[in-house]
Amino acid sequence: MKFDTVIIGGGLAGLTAGLRLQQKGKSVAIVSAGQNALHFSSGTFGVLNEGAEIPENHPYMKLNLEGYLAEVIPFFASAGVVLKGNPLKNSWRITPMGKRQEARFFMEDADPLEGKDTLIGKKALVVSFPGFLDFNTSFLAASLEKSGTAVRIELLALPEMDRLRENPSEMRSVNVARVMDRAWNKVVSEVKLLLKGEDVIVLPQVFGLKDSAIVSAIRESFDQKVLFVGTMPPSVPGMRTQMKLKQSFEAAGGTFLMGDEVLSAEISSERVVSVKTRNLGDHALEADAFILASGSYFSKGLSATTEEVFEPLFGLDVNFSEGRSSWYDADFYSAQPFNNFGVMTDEKFRALKEGKPVLNLYAAGSVLGGADALRLGCGAGVAILSGLAVADAIAPESK
Amino acid sequence: MKMQEYTLSAHNFEECMKCTVCTAYCPVVPANPHYPGPKQAGPDGERLRLKDPYFFDEMLKYCLNCKRCEVACPSGVNVADIIQSARIRYSKSKPKLRDRILASTDFMGTAARPFAPLVNAVTGLGITKSVLDATMAIDRHRTFPKYAGKSFEGWFKRNAAASQEQFKEKVAYFHGCYVNYNYPQLGKDLVALMNALGFGVELLDKEKCCGVAMIANGMYDGARKHAAHNEKVLGKAASSGRKILTTSTTCTFTMRDEYRELLDVDNSSYRDNLLIATKFIYEKVNSGEVKLVFRKDYKAKIAYHTPCHMEKLGWGVFSTGLLKMIPGAEFTILDSNCCGIAGTYGFKKENYAVSQEIGKPLFDQIARIAPEVVACDCETCKWQIEMSTGLPVKNPVSILAEALDLEATAKLNQHE
Repeated sequence: MKFDTVIIGGGLAGLTAGLRLQQKGKSVAIVSAGQNALHFSSGTFGVLNEGAEIPENHPYMKLNLEGYLAEVIPFFASAGVVLKGNPLKNSWRITPMGKRQEARFFMEDADPLEGKDTLIGKKALVVSFPGFLDFNTSFLAASLEKSGTAVRIELLALPEMDRLRENPSEMRSVNVARVMDRAWNKVVSEVKLLLKGEDVIVLPQVFGLKDSAIVSAIRESFDQKVLFVGTMPPSVPGMRTQMKLKQSFEAAGGTFLMGDEVLSAEISSERVVSVKTRNLGDHALEADAFILASGSYFSKGLSATTEEVFEPLFGLDVNFSEGRSSWYDADFYSAQPFNNFGVMTDEKFRALKEGKPVLNLYAAGSVLGGADALRLGCGAGVAILSGLAVADAIAPESK
Repeated sequence: MKMQEYTLSAHNFEECMKCTVCTAYCPVVPANPHYPGPKQAGPDGERLRLKDPYFFDEMLKYCLNCKRCEVACPSGVNVADIIQSARIRYSKSKPKLRDRILASTDFMGTAARPFAPLVNAVTGLGITKSVLDATMAIDRHRTFPKYAGKSFEGWFKRNAAASQEQFKEKVAYFHGCYVNYNYPQLGKDLVALMNALGFGVELLDKEKCCGVAMIANGMYDGARKHAAHNEKVLGKAASSGRKILTTSTTCTFTMRDEYRELLDVDNSSYRDNLLIATKFIYEKVNSGEVKLVFRKDYKAKIAYHTPCHMEKLGWGVFSTGLLKMIPGAEFTILDSNCCGIAGTYGFKKENYAVSQEIGKPLFDQIARIAPEVVACDCETCKWQIEMSTGLPVKNPVSILAEALDLEATAKLNQHE
C-alpha cells in the first residue's frame, strides 16, 4: 500500500502532523500501537513553564516558535476542538489536588486563571457523585480553602447513576460521562437547588465525552462561575480531543491503523523505503516520507538496557550520556537526565543515524531528544509544534 | 541483559500498568454493570486467580471477546485473551442445552438443511420464537438465519468444481458454516469473482466449523477437536502453496489467532497463508497482477461497518480500499462501534437488551447516513444490522461481484 506519508504513532504529535498533511492534500497513514497519552490529559496543553530557559538542543530551537504558537488555536478549531488561552503567555488551572498548575492552551472544560494566586471566588460549591472515587473532593476543598475560598461539598445522588454504582470498580470518569450525556441537565437543575449563596461551582470533568457543547451549555445555565476540574484518568477532555483529531484526520481521507505496530523498516541509500507491521505482515506500507512519532519510554518509542538507551525501530542516534549512573539523579525531585534523552535530528527534524540524516525520516513529539517535558512543562507543546513543523517540512507548499 | 526477556508472561499480562484505557473502550461496560470490565476481569483479576482460583468470577461470561480492549491497549496486553483463557481454566459453569445448540453451527446446519423450508417456516413463526424464548432463553426478538435448501458444498461440486480446472493459478476457500448452510450466494459470488480475476477456486479437504461459537459457549474440548482437524486440512492446502481465502472475519480471526492463543493449537503450518479474500484481491490489484473493469451503470450508496474482529486483524483497509475503487459508489466508513451481537451472545435472552444498547450508536449513525446497503465482512454483524436497521447488509465480495463487469474483467485477467 502506498501513501505520501506514513506516520508511526497515533498520539498528539502523530495526529497533528497527519491532519496537517491531509489538509494539505497529501495521503497519509497513521500506524498506532494502541491509545495514547491524551487519555491522561489534564485538559490543558503546556508549552513552557514560566521563566524556564529553552536549552540549546531543544526541538523549539529548530522551529519558528511564535509563528507556530499563533497557529495552534486555529489548527485545533479546524478539527472541532475549542482551545482557549493566550498563545504567548501561561495561565493557570486548578489540579485535581486543588493546586495551581500553569499551562498555555485550555480545552473547553478547563478555565484559565490569570495568575497563580487568582481567587476562583469567595465561596465555592464542589459537587461530585456518591461512589465516584476518581474525583477527590476533600483534597480539592482543603487546597481551595488554603488559597482563600470557602468551600462546601455536596454529593449529588441521581437515579441515573444507580446502575453504575452496582460496579464501583468501573465507576470511572468516562463511564460517568456516558451517563451525563443523557443526564447533564438534571445535574444543572439539582445543583441550582443545592446552591446557598456560592459564587462559584466546581464540577468534575465528566461532561461532553463526544462534544464539548454540553460543557458550554452547563456554563451558560448558571449565573455563577462554573469550573470543571480534572479527574483521575481516563481524561474525558483528552479522549474527546483525541476522537475529534482522529475523526477529522479520517474525514480528510487519512487512514488510521489502530492497534497495529510497525515491526521493521527497509532503508536503502539513506532513505526509508517501506515499513512492515504486525497485522499487515508481508504487505509493506510504502511512502515518500515517514514520521517517527512513537513517543518516549512508556510507548516504547525509546527503550533501554543497562548499557544504552536506544530507538528500537530504526536504531537512530539517541543523545544519552555514558555510564548508567549519569542517567539519573539520586534526588527524585531534581531534573532527571534520562528525561532529556531522545532521537537526535538535523535542523529540519530529519532523524540522524550514525551521525547522518535519514533523508525522508522525520521525528516529532516526545521521541525527540533535548526536551525534558517534566522539567520544562513542554510535552504537549513539543508534540503539537514539532508535529506542525515536520508536516510543513514534508509539504512546504500551502494547500 | 534484557530483563524483559526473562519476565515474559502469558498474553503479556505483566505489561499492564493499570491505565484503564481498556475499560474506556469496552462496549459492555457502559451497557452492563454486572460485567467487571476488561481491566478487572483481565490483568487485575489474573493476579488474584494466579494465587487462588477461588477469585474466578463467572461474570466473565459477559465478555464479548470483541478484542476492542486489545486494540486500545497502549502496552500490548492481550486483555481479552487473559479473560477467555481464565474462563477456559477456571469456569465451573457447564454449557446449557441452549448454548450447545447455538454453538453447534455445523451440526445444526447438517441436520436442518434437508428440511430447510420447514425449518425456516417454523423458526420464523411467532409461536416458535415465544417457545424458544420461554423454554430455551433464546430471545424472541431474534430472527434465526434461514437455512438454504442446497448447501454451498453441494452446489460447488455440481456446478463449479469442473470448471475450476481450466485455471492455472488456484486458491483454496474456507467457506465456513454460514456460507454452506445459510447463505451459499456469498460463496457463489466469491467463485464468480475469483474466476473473473483469473483464479480457480478449490474447497478444502472437509473443513469443520472454526469453533468460535464453541469457545464462546464453554465447549472447549469440541473447539480443540475442530481446531486440530482444521489445522490438518488448512496445513495441507498451505503446504501445496495455496493461499486460503475466507469471507468471514470471525472464522479467519479464530483460526489465525484464537487457535494459537486460547486453544494451544500450533497453527504455524498455515497461519501466513490464511487471509480474507479482500486482502488477497487488494494486493493483486495493488501490484498490477489483476485488473478490474467496473460496470458503468452500477450506482450505490454504501456505508462500511468494520466488524470487531476485523479491527483486531487490522485488515479493514483492504475491504474499504476495494470498495473505494468502485466509481459508482458513494462511500462512507462508519465510526468504530461494536454492533452488539458478538455471534451467539446477542441471541441469548439475558443479553438481548445489552446487545441492542451496545449497537445503538451504530444503528443511529446508519439511520443518519441512510445508505442503500451496508457493507460488512461478518455474518453475525449482518444479522444484527439487518434486524436493527431494516437495511440490507452485503459482504464486500458480493458488492464487488455486482459492481464489476465480470466478463470484461475476466478477459483482462487470463493468466498464462
